[in-house]
Amino acid sequence: MMEQSHELQFDLSRLVAGLPPSGIREFFDLVLTMDDVISLGVGEPDFSTPWHIIESAIFNLEKGYTSYTSNKGMLGLRKSIAETIYLKCGIEYNPEDEILITVGVSEAMDVVLRAILNPGDKVAVVKPSYVSYSPCVIMAGGIAEEIECRQENRFKLDPADLEEVCRKKVKAIIFNYPGNPTGVSYTKDELAEIIKIVQKYNILLLSDEIYDSLTYDFNHTSVLCFPGMKNQTVYFNGFSKGYAMTGWRIGYIAAHRDIVAMANKIHQYTMLCAPIMGQFAAMEALRSGEHEALAMKKEYNRRRNFIVSQLNDMGLTTFLPQGAFYTYTDVSIARLNSIDFAKKLLMERKVALVPGTAFSSCGENHVRISYASSFENIKEAMFRIKDFLKSL
Amino acid sequence: MDEILEILQSNAKADPADIAHQLDIPVEKVCEAIAEYEKRGVIVKYKTIINKEILKNEDEEVTALIEVKVTPQKDKGFDSIAERIYRFPEVLSCYLLSGGYDLFVIVKGPDLRTVSSFVAEKLSPMENINGTVTHFLLKRYKDDGDILILQGKKDTRPLVSA
Ligand SMILES: Cc1ncc(COP(=O)(O)O)c(C=O)c1O
Repeated sequence: MMEQSHELQFDLSRLVAGLPPSGIREFFDLVLTMDDVISLGVGEPDFSTPWHIIESAIFNLEKGYTSYTSNKGMLGLRKSIAETIYLKCGIEYNPEDEILITVGVSEAMDVVLRAILNPGDKVAVVKPSYVSYSPCVIMAGGIAEEIECRQENRFKLDPADLEEVCRKKVKAIIFNYPGNPTGVSYTKDELAEIIKIVQKYNILLLSDEIYDSLTYDFNHTSVLCFPGMKNQTVYFNGFSKGYAMTGWRIGYIAAHRDIVAMANKIHQYTMLCAPIMGQFAAMEALRSGEHEALAMKKEYNRRRNFIVSQLNDMGLTTFLPQGAFYTYTDVSIARLNSIDFAKKLLMERKVALVPGTAFSSCGENHVRISYASSFENIKEAMFRIKDFLKSL
Repeated sequence: MDEILEILQSNAKADPADIAHQLDIPVEKVCEAIAEYEKRGVIVKYKTIINKEILKNEDEEVTALIEVKVTPQKDKGFDSIAERIYRFPEVLSCYLLSGGYDLFVIVKGPDLRTVSSFVAEKLSPMENINGTVTHFLLKRYKDDGDILILQGKKDTRPLVSA
């Protein structure tokens, strides 16, 4: 009998095969084989969803709410979201046709890019960034024009660099603040500079503000607060980070109704709707989740202060992140590139973090350290890293 | 509440140096503040929370929650009768409440008999006490903000995620 070949006999998508290779996939796989690791590599809150939110979802499940919802999401939730945005920046969105509930910001980014791009359209992506932006642009047929933020600017977007990319006729820019992986955020004045350029070149601003409630040193200002930006912005937000609700998979966009209609067309064919239990939970979060969200923020802030002082004390240059729950730390004193640093630290001291190359091709001197972990874990990890550095 | 107290309340063993880093203030300030709180009696003492659900079989003890109806005294209100009660070392806690009864007293003893006789012989006969209802505690689920029954909740988050 002929032995069956394990080679797949089909030609697969060249577009997908050509997506930026995740150089860190191998590292991630290695982490998963290890036991007793202290992980500061996690991109989601260590808190459980506040109980009143879970309880409200259970209550609604028990009542038998297990169906699809309208494609755009439950109107009650869209209304609450419109109200939340209004309270944040005084801009009105019509819940009927200017808001779309999605399966996290992840799905939202995908459907929006597909809704706005024609083959070959360029989209500026501010790097280092959350991993999925550039691949989503490419999968939507676009070209990602990456703008690197530089260490000498404390990883803030330099308006001059933005302007240079804008001259290349980009259609849109994906902008995320407070940022993953750098924790960088922008004051109102800093945003004004960026908005000026975005308006000058009439570029659509895709603003991912999913970490907005985790801003520590000043109040978060949305890009929507700037005059004229409502019609030039797709605003992305969600429940994953601020309310510790990653597993519920609820995000949303607020945008011009033509964009919402196009995005919803894709969403209805590919997703139908976001899960109903998540939508009920999200409604409860907006109704009465403020108090616990603030308590979590307070705790992150303490860990942030602690971890930044510890890292700088051991010679690992770390800027104070203004938001989210990450530090983007320079490990060049270890004379190892970020993947080797992360691997060696993992193998020798069982501490996991994420190499900077996951977020930027210029990330070989940096690692992302997440402080979405208990204070005790962080403290122990800091001991181990200090020890590790001495051993090099 | 001051954040130093907040941190100590959840971890009496918190290191002042760590607190200083967490709050981004000098460690001397933290130590001074703690000393001051101790002096003023804001910090009463540092205790350990023991999960008696786990020790159950090794260390028998009985806890009773007692509702007490009281006739308040002229000039002194409830305070002096409360004091007569809370001075007993068996009394763990004593609160004045609004509602259907007046004092709420938590009493601990080595067994049912001892606690019952405390109620029958010491508490009930006291002057100005009009009645008591005693509830014996059967199981502690949560004490002072800490969930005691073993939950076994594991961290299900992937160890690394972007
Ligand atoms: C900047 C950023 N945007 C979006 C997401 C995805 O969020 P969601 O859970 O809403 O899909 C993440 C998750 O890590 C993120 O860091």
